[in-house]
Amino acid sequence: MIEVLSMGGHAAYVWPAYGITLALIVFNVWAARRKLANALTAARRSSGAAQPRSQPKVRQLS
Amino acid sequence: MKLPRWFHLFGSPPFVYRLASALSPWLGAIACTLIAVGTYWGLVIAPPDAVQGEVYRIIYIHPQTAYVGMLAYVVMAVTAGIGYIWRIKVAHAVAVSAAPIGASFTFCALVSGSLWGRPTWGTYWEWGDPRIMFETLLLFLFLSYLALRAAFEDRDKADRVSAILAVVGVVNVPIIHYSVLWWNTLHQGPTVSKLDSPSMATEMLIPFLIMIAGFTFCFCWLLLNRLRAEIVERERDTRWLQDALQGGRA
Repeated sequence: MIEVLSMGGHAAYVWPAYGITLALIVFNVWAARRKLANALTAARRSSGAAQPRSQPKVRQLS
Repeated sequence: MKLPRWFHLFGSPPFVYRLASALSPWLGAIACTLIAVGTYWGLVIAPPDAVQGEVYRIIYIHPQTAYVGMLAYVVMAVTAGIGYIWRIKVAHAVAVSAAPIGASFTFCALVSGSLWGRPTWGTYWEWGDPRIMFETLLLFLFLSYLALRAAFEDRDKADRVSAILAVVGVVNVPIIHYSVLWWNTLHQGPTVSKLDSPSMATEMLIPFLIMIAGFTFCFCWLLLNRLRAEIVERERDTRWLQDALQGGRA
């Protein structure tokens, strides 16, 4: 265990590299989820506020 | 030429949104499993390198992050090109989603490479090394793509203008790949992509490839999650989304 942690004296280089990579992945996952949650909230709020774009008002031709 | 039906489906935001939502948890589970197994294998089980000792273990994350950065750029350029030519908004949404992921992985590759360079080359950074320079250029291409988009109020205009930048910049990707062959400088040559005779021992190659697969799945997972958000933003007022929201299916 100690052997793995010390990385043959290069612990100061190996562990930060792994740490930054892990942090980056976690951050990306968090950022994507937050973006989705925000977008869904905004979409819910806009429901009813605006006429849906794909549903234009149609005037009955008589 | 008559295109098959499934091809048209990929231009449909509701179809892509549902597909992305269905695939996302599976991709996430596969990515996390592969990366966990690969990391343990690479850090604990794989033997130390005969020349570099333990510091070589950065090879289980550094090439992978660099590769994801390049993969993200190619995905971004191809989808932006498709969006520009055929005016498919889902394609633009994919391109926008790939950019921040690519930027962060490219940044990470530069940092992990620099942390490996200090004990191995004796320097964190070498201005004269073509691979480092072109990799840095890749990071700046991602950032300028995002900055260019941010300069436009109108999303359609941002899509079209930034697509040109994305497509032109793709020339940098093969330059990064071949830079170690064209110029003989600090960065080492290819190790694994010489498929006929990879110069890596099998017990090191297996975790290396597991990590490549894990990072690929991770990229797809992140891309689909961002894509879902991007589609919701773009389709905010459409009927399918509002119906899905009311039915609790979004």
